[in-house]
Amino acid sequence: MGGSQPSQVSYTLESSLDSVNRVEQTAEEMARKAGLEEEEIYRVAMAVREAAVNAVLHGNSYDPEKNITASFEQTADSLVIRIADQGKGLNPETLPDPLAPENLLRGSGRGIFLIRSFMDEVHFRQLQPGTELTLIKHLGTARSAI
Amino acid sequence: MSMKIKTRQVDGITIMDCSGRITLGEGSVQLRDAVRDLLGKGSKQILLNLGDVTYIDSSGIGELVSAFTTVRNQGGDLKLLNLTKKVHDLLQITKLYTVFDVKDDEASAVASFARAS
Repeated sequence: MGGSQPSQVSYTLESSLDSVNRVEQTAEEMARKAGLEEEEIYRVAMAVREAAVNAVLHGNSYDPEKNITASFEQTADSLVIRIADQGKGLNPETLPDPLAPENLLRGSGRGIFLIRSFMDEVHFRQLQPGTELTLIKHLGTARSAI
Repeated sequence: MSMKIKTRQVDGITIMDCSGRITLGEGSVQLRDAVRDLLGKGSKQILLNLGDVTYIDSSGIGELVSAFTTVRNQGGDLKLLNLTKKVHDLLQITKLYTVFDVKDDEASAVASFARAS
């Protein structure tokens, strides 16, 4: 249970809001065990929630035939969370900028932006089919600041 | 953990006291329905008290924006009251803090509607 020991867990979950909540909760527990401060725990949990919402809603479109996979790994210096769906794929380059004046009053389109704001690294990988998001939070800064 | 909304009237302004989470599947739909309900009844001056909102995600933010534009499009106004630090920070990050009229005192918030109308 020690925060610095490498550990990994992964789940295959149905495309539902219950899965989103479970993934968010797991991320929060993982971040807390890793010794992050409350503000960072909140940010990691929210980023992971947004990634799970993306997978369930935009990726799999709540299709009961499709699952999401979520893996949580703590390495020596990072938290690495991977969320994958079985949807038709996502090209991050084509996403509208939610901060652009013409997009400010849109009712959606801020999820990926928040993920990028709250994590240290975000990577997209196209699957066949689907998309995998890798979210990384570095632990080094807070831990070495003695 | 789900969202609760209580509505009251102060000097002709409708105050919606929200508590809990505004997220996809939890509070977003409730907020949308409540605002739509108020507009249907002719209440177009709305003060959204978010002081007891513990969590809001991108869907919740989107719902706030949609509520704001819906009310404005019907000739009314929607303002925010008592933001928690988390909600405040989210609105800053998303550049929405300057879009909304954000208040931290109920009495002056209510009065600001009166002055505008």
